[in-house]
Amino acid sequence: MRAARILYALAALLALGVPWLGVYPVFMMKLLCFAMFACAYNLLLGFGRMLSFGHAAFFGSAAYATAWLVTAHRADSALAIAAGTAVAAGLGLVIGAIAIRRRGIYFAMITLALGQLVYFVCLEAPFTGGENGLQDVARGWLFGILPLRSDIVMYYLVLAAFVAVFVFIRRVVHSPFGQVLRAIRENEARAISLGYDINRYKLVAFVLSATLAGFAGSLNSLVLGFATLTGVQQSTSGEVILMTLLGGTGTFFGPAVGAALVVTLQEYLSDIVGGWVTAIIGVIFVACVLSFRRGIVGELAALRLRRAVARDPATPA
Amino acid sequence: MSHVFGIPVAVILGQLTLGLVNGSFYAMLSLGLAVIFGLMGVVNFAHGAYYTLGAFAALLGLQYLGINYWAALLLAPLAVGLLGIVVERLLLRHLYGLDPLYGLLLTFGLALTVEGSLHQVFGASGQSYPVPSALAGVLNLHFMFLPLYRAWVILASLVVCFSTWFVIERTRLGATLRAATENAPLLQAFGVNVPLLVAATYGGGVALAALAGVLASPVVLVNSHMGTELVIVVFAVVVIGGMGSIVGAIVSGLVLGVIEGFTKVIYPEASNIVVFVIMALVLIVRPAGLFGRE
Repeated sequence: MRAARILYALAALLALGVPWLGVYPVFMMKLLCFAMFACAYNLLLGFGRMLSFGHAAFFGSAAYATAWLVTAHRADSALAIAAGTAVAAGLGLVIGAIAIRRRGIYFAMITLALGQLVYFVCLEAPFTGGENGLQDVARGWLFGILPLRSDIVMYYLVLAAFVAVFVFIRRVVHSPFGQVLRAIRENEARAISLGYDINRYKLVAFVLSATLAGFAGSLNSLVLGFATLTGVQQSTSGEVILMTLLGGTGTFFGPAVGAALVVTLQEYLSDIVGGWVTAIIGVIFVACVLSFRRGIVGELAALRLRRAVARDPATPA
Repeated sequence: MSHVFGIPVAVILGQLTLGLVNGSFYAMLSLGLAVIFGLMGVVNFAHGAYYTLGAFAALLGLQYLGINYWAALLLAPLAVGLLGIVVERLLLRHLYGLDPLYGLLLTFGLALTVEGSLHQVFGASGQSYPVPSALAGVLNLHFMFLPLYRAWVILASLVVCFSTWFVIERTRLGATLRAATENAPLLQAFGVNVPLLVAATYGGGVALAALAGVLASPVVLVNSHMGTELVIVVFAVVVIGGMGSIVGAIVSGLVLGVIEGFTKVIYPEASNIVVFVIMALVLIVRPAGLFGRE
């Protein structure tokens, strides 16, 4: 426990100090947005064991909604973020209600198909700017007070948002709701026989995850200053799965670690290997599934547990 | 009777045959997916990648080795099927007994690897494969002109689908296969080499996808992402038809292809999404799929 506290303190210090460490702030903000996205995704995959292949739909549509409100209506940034998040929540309610009618691999295929549906709608819709997307999204003012044009202000906003999402997800998982969700994950039939309306729990988890993913997407569009088709593309859904899997599904820190790795990889690897990035990501996927399914954080935790058990066999798992 | 709802009949029939051609590919791919899933419990996300590889094998074979269309029809599925067997032996076999989600994730990674590599080597723009001269003509059916190649694709895929159905449902090999689907350990106890059977089945299903790729190469542009787009539609087809039934996979593939063709005539903007919309409607009315059992 002491080690965990030190780790938290170090992470907090590092995160607070980033603007003065010479790291490119937009890169750091993008990383945090994807970390939020992955944490939101993990709520569904890690704690509900629902593998969604269509989460880009929420991330990307929220980004479009925010960008559209800012560019076409000069909306306040706070309002634009709230509206984007709401769009993702509504979409999550519709897609979730359809997808939870099947489980396991069918759930995955349904979310993939519905995600593709959203992609085609975004491609054809008049307000998304087609292939070009929405460009020049000004960050503007938050509540009319905070100037988000400044990278430092924006960075601390995104950092605060990340911490809020992280703490919120922890709270949800440890709540009675989260416990029921885990019970459904472990044994659906038993949860039903105990009298839980499992579809309601699954739907709430789905909508929560979609909403938070949308929140991350909205912030990301403000950070980058654009919203394009990439956000709703199936490859983005694949990326968030990889982040979660690589870091560790069902762990709290895993998805953030995975997001940091994948975003960094894409940023710096593309300079070295050019267009091979997609193929390399594919290989990492395969390696991850074959050799460390628990992810980096999950494997480390398992290793620590094994050591503790070796020292004192009475250690509770 | 040259117009229906103000649309020329020839246009409608043309789109319908195109729809049948697409439906043939859906049917062949969902058939392979269903067989692989039935035996191995793996949803083969890489199915689209094998389809792409089949098309590329035909194209490169023609360009560099002078292998003609008819030989490619045999050789490309064979080569890709062998690759599939290698993939099964090296990678997939480690996942048996685990949650099926891992199989889906692994094959997704495979698909990314194949697509990314092909994209990097051959670029984003597509190349076309020449229609073989024996099939280059147009059939005059008096009420419409039917390009011979389209008729050939529909016919060939029907024959392939029927043969696959026949092998699985009516032969001794198929009976063994179905027995392995029901209870593999028991079958192994009877002295059947189940691992070999599994590897061969995966190779066979993958070869079907590659065959579809070769058949498709003269009617579509051969490019690295042709399979990824297709496999998402095929997944929707599989959700609609249910993976339990071979006939279901074939019928829903063909029917959805025709519906998609029809949509192109009536409301072109929706033709990309009509299959997904139908999938959503089917899920609302009949969650187990039209031919499926939960």
